[in-house]
Order: sequence, then structure tokens, then C-alpha cells
Amino acid sequence: MISIFGKITLSFQTFRTHKLRSFLTTLGIVIGVMTVIAILSLIEGLNRSVAEQIQSLGSDLIYLQKFTWVSTGHRDLEKLANRPDLIPDDAIAITKLASVEIAIPEINRRLTNLKYRDNEVASPTITGSDENFAWVNNHIVESGRDLSRDDVLHRRAVGIIGSYIASNLFPDESPLGKDIYVNGHRVKIIGVFKEKGTFLGNSLDNFLLIPNTLYEKFFPRERGSIFSRVYGGYSIDIKPRTGKVEQAIDEIRELMRRRHGLTFDEDDDYELNTQQVLLDLYQNLTNVGFIAIVAIAAISLVVGGIGIMNIMLVSVAERTREIGIRKAVGASNQNILSQFLIESVVLALVGGIIGILLGMLLAALISAVSPLKAAVSLWMIALGFGFSASVGIFFGIYPARKAATLNPIEALRYE
Amino acid sequence: MPRRICRAVNIKKMYYRGKMTVEALRGVDFTIHANDYLSIMGPSGSGKSTLVHILSCLDTPTSGEYFLEDRQVSKYTDQELARVRNEFFGFVFQNFSLLPRLSALDNVAMPLLYAGTKKNDRVVRAREILDKIGLGDRINHRPNEMSGGECQRVAIARSLINKPRVIFADEPTGNLDSRTGAEIMEIFDRLVDEGNTVVMVTHDSNVAAHAKKIVKLKDGMIEYD
Ligand SMILES: Nc1ncnc2c1ncn2[C@@H]1O[C@H](COP(=O)(O)OP(=O)(O)O)[C@@H](O)[C@H]1O
Ligand SMILES: [Mg+2]
Repeated sequence: MISIFGKITLSFQTFRTHKLRSFLTTLGIVIGVMTVIAILSLIEGLNRSVAEQIQSLGSDLIYLQKFTWVSTGHRDLEKLANRPDLIPDDAIAITKLASVEIAIPEINRRLTNLKYRDNEVASPTITGSDENFAWVNNHIVESGRDLSRDDVLHRRAVGIIGSYIASNLFPDESPLGKDIYVNGHRVKIIGVFKEKGTFLGNSLDNFLLIPNTLYEKFFPRERGSIFSRVYGGYSIDIKPRTGKVEQAIDEIRELMRRRHGLTFDEDDDYELNTQQVLLDLYQNLTNVGFIAIVAIAAISLVVGGIGIMNIMLVSVAERTREIGIRKAVGASNQNILSQFLIESVVLALVGGIIGILLGMLLAALISAVSPLKAAVSLWMIALGFGFSASVGIFFGIYPARKAATLNPIEALRYE
Repeated sequence: MPRRICRAVNIKKMYYRGKMTVEALRGVDFTIHANDYLSIMGPSGSGKSTLVHILSCLDTPTSGEYFLEDRQVSKYTDQELARVRNEFFGFVFQNFSLLPRLSALDNVAMPLLYAGTKKNDRVVRAREILDKIGLGDRINHRPNEMSGGECQRVAIARSLINKPRVIFADEPTGNLDSRTGAEIMEIFDRLVDEGNTVVMVTHDSNVAAHAKKIVKLKDGMIEYD
């Protein structure tokens, strides 16, 4: 049989004679593949940075809370609000579990601002926790000192600030030993955390850590709004022993059910959130992106495919005599079929390659002018190839069959 | 008695044009033996082309049987028919039917492409035949760069390249002036002298005179004298 290479050079001959028309025909595929490659590489880039950032949040912590991070369907806030508050004693009990390295209580709220003389930072987070908070959450004290056991026990009015607060409230001086005011209460700064950067665009350094005992004094837990009853209480940050996440979850579940006096037929009245849950949530978001891509791809590939079918039908009509001559000298239906099929696949692939290149270019361009970082991987290029080749085959088969089944004499008579 | 190559029995061919039916062939028997030199004569519209198209397997009869070496052609698959056209028969058309974009060499080598011959052998054999037919210096010319006589010689070379059992020619001199036509007929004469089998359609009695036997066709039937 004729070599594949021979057939491909044969089809390139035709493109040379119809340059402009071939180019216009592939435009649909070019645009489709380009868009898909650009969006995919942006999502992939986003995936990587989100994965990195979630990792940087703290490794594999389990968060025991009243609410779940991922809502499935509508959530009954009233029910969540009526769940028992979590308390620092829970952390002490959980720390004793075999598969848990340590558990700490953590409680947060957003302040309107923090001021020092003329300087101000807007909406910092204030965190109440204990002397283990920093290392459990991968915070490093850069200057000054960490919280101590005594700070917590004696409810000392001391705090450690994130680097964002440090550089904004104290641009020209050391924050150590300075007093700031929270809710009218004086807090002395004893340390500054090393910079952590941003997560999904938010600074991770705009926070103030104080002993949780002090936090309870500053913000007594009254029966507030339903939101504060759900979200305003303690979380327990649990660090499982390496490789023991599953066991830890089982043990915590058993312990908490016991502590809350739940009978076997009652549901859990707490949630165990992990970063996996966060990743899953993110995954759900990007799935929406993927659906959009599939839609764009489908539409543009159908448009491109119809274009290809059209040019191939024109080509078959134009070359009816050629087909007749080839069949008269011994070309089989199969030969003619593959000649035209290869032509439409090559046509589609040329569009696909241009689309891949333009898509990569577009991704690089977006990366250059925006904070989004695109990452093109091999599988996307393979996908682009696969896509366009399939379009070439799918939309080329009808014209190719039409050409292949022509009667030689009728084809020869064609003017 | 020379070996029989093919035999057509009671061949009929109908063309349907809307409500009209044209009976192009009305029961034709035809046998070709090795080294025959036949010419089919008859007025325009008598069914000459239709007959050679069926004999060369370019077209199929409406009824009747056609045997190639005693096998029924109607039982052939598309693939087998393609092989018959490729290896068994060569066909020379009145209007040459060359591919305009290909050189003389590539036109001549085209049947070998479908026979699966390797590229080098294709070039060598096509060049050989073009040399023999007197076009050795035209191998890279395209059809529009050659005269009618040269084009027809390229077409003859193409029909010969797979060493066919029968060479069919449908009015091969019809588009040529008489001097060039005579040159073409010399080629066919020589081919028959070399042992080839030629079946030629013509309505020119001077051309028909080259053949060893003349078959007359009228209104889709053979006239026996
Ligand atoms: N494709 C066709 N459709 C309809 N009629 C045809 C077709 N081909 C040939 N004919 C008719 O069949 C008859 C024989 O044609 P043809 O074999 O070409 O004759 P010749 O070659 O002897 O001139 C003519 O009447 C012609 O008009
Ligand atoms: Mg005719």
C-alpha cells in the first residue's frame, strides 16, 4: 500500500493550491483549541498555586468545628447554632488520643481596625489560642518571643502580631514592647511573626495572636446572632501523628460523641474539617470551569468540523475527475477514502497545532499581565491534538465516503 | 487456439434518465483471446464506449454475465475490481485523462502506487516505459506542457506499466490530427507485435484497418456479416 508519508505529502499539495481557503476553514478549530489550551493552562496554574498555598497553611490539620466547610445543599443554621460549643477542654482530651500529636483551641474574629498613633490597619483578625498555636500552624516568631504557658494561665495582656500589622503600624520602629488597644483593652506586643504571604489574594499576616483566656475576657460569649453562635466559638486545631489522619478522625469522633453524650442513633453534633475538604471545594469550583471549557470546545469544534466537512465536499466535487482517473487505474475505495480522510485530518491537525501555539501564547500573555499563572502541560497538548484529529476524522468521513464510492465512469464524465 | 482471457455473454446495459430508459447495449457477446487486436466500430451512440467500459470493469452491466479467466465478475468485491483495473487491464481514453498537476513520470507511475510498488521501482519502471515510447526527455513535464500526441503517449505508457492482459483504447486518435494519430497507431501495432492484446474503439475505418479483426456495433448490438 501507499505509505502514510506519501499520502500526507499528497494532501499538502492540495493545501498549497487552496491556501486562504484552507486557513479560513481551520479557523474554527484554531479558536476552539486555542481557547481550551489557554483556559486549561490557567486552571492548571491556579490548581498548582492553590495546592501550594493550602499546603503552606499548615500541614494536614484537622479542624473540629460546629460547621462544615462545604455545605451540601441548604444548611440549617438554627440546628448548627444549637450544637454545643467546643471548649478548650476538648483540646486537652483530644491531645491524649494515641494518633493525635496535639490539639489546641483557637477562636477568631475580625476587628474593624487596629491603630497605633497615626497608623492604622483595616480588618485584622484577632486569634485567641495557646502557646502551641504558632508551631502547629507553621508560624515562626521572627523577633521577640512566642506565647508561653504562663501567658495563657495568667491571662497576660500580651500579643504577637503578623508581619503585615508590624510593617503597617510600626513602619519606622520596633513593635516590641509597644501597646495597642483592642476593644479598649491594652495589649503589649511581645513578638512578630515571620511573613507568610497571601492565600487566594488575602494576606496571611494581618492578624494578632493573644492568649485565648484573654480573648474570652475581651469578647465574653453572650448569646449573639445566629451567625456568631455558629461561627463565633472555638475551633479545635488537631495535628494528627504522621500518617495517622484516618485513625485520628475515628478516635476523635468516638471521643466527641462520648463527651457530648450522643446515643448511637443520634447524628454527630460537630464537624471534622480537613484541607482535603477545602481541596474538594476548590475542585468543585474548577469543575464549573471545566464544564465551560467543554461547552466552548464542543461549539467551536462543531463549527470547525462543519467548515472542514464543507471544504472537503468542495474538494471532492472539484476533484471528481481526478477520483475517476485514480479509480480507473486501480485505486480502491479504501485508497480514495484514506486519501481524503488523511487530508481532512491533516487540515484539522494544522488548525489544532496553530491553536495549541496560539493558546500557549495567550496563556503566557495572561500570565505576564495578570497575577494568574498559567501552566501548560503535555496532556493539554495531547488533548489539543486528539481533539482536532477526531474532528478531522468525524467530519471528514462523510465527504471521504462520498468520494470513495463514486462510480469511475460517472466520475470521469463529470465536468 | 490462443488462450481465452475474458468472455462476455448476453450483456445488456440500460441507462435510466427520469422516465426515459436508454438501452445502450442489447445483448452483446464478446470474447477476447491473448494477442487479439480487435477494433470495435460503429456510429456515434451505438454503445462502443459502454461496451469497453464494461469489458474493462470500469462499469457494470445491467444484465448478462462477464467472465474473467472463467470467474464471474459480478461476484467480485470492490477491492477485487480495483485490482482487476490495476493489474489486469489498461485503459487509454480519448481525452487522455491525465492528472494535470502530476508530471509525465508521476502520471505513468500512478498505477504502480496502487499496486503497492516501492517508490524507487516505480520511478525506474515509469522511466523505462517513457523511454521506450519516445518521451525520455519529457518525464518532468506536466500535461499542459506537452502536445496532444505526447499526452496520449503518456496515457499509453500509463496503461502499459502494470503489464496488463488487455489494453483498451476508446477512440485514442479521436482528439489528434491524422499524422499524430498515425504515430499513435504505430505504437499499438508494435505493442501487438510484442505479444500484447489490444481492443480499440474507433469510428474511423483507416484506424480500424490496423486491427486483425473488426467488430461492428449498431444500436447496442453486434452486426455479424
Ligand atoms: N451515463 C449515461 N446516461 C444516460 N445515457 C447514456 C449514458 N452513457 C451513455 N448513454 C447513452 O447510451 C448510448 C450509448 O452510448 P456510448 O456507449 O457512449 O456510445 P458510443 O461510444 O458508441 O458513442 C447513447 O445513446 C448514449 O446517449
Ligand atoms: Mg464513445
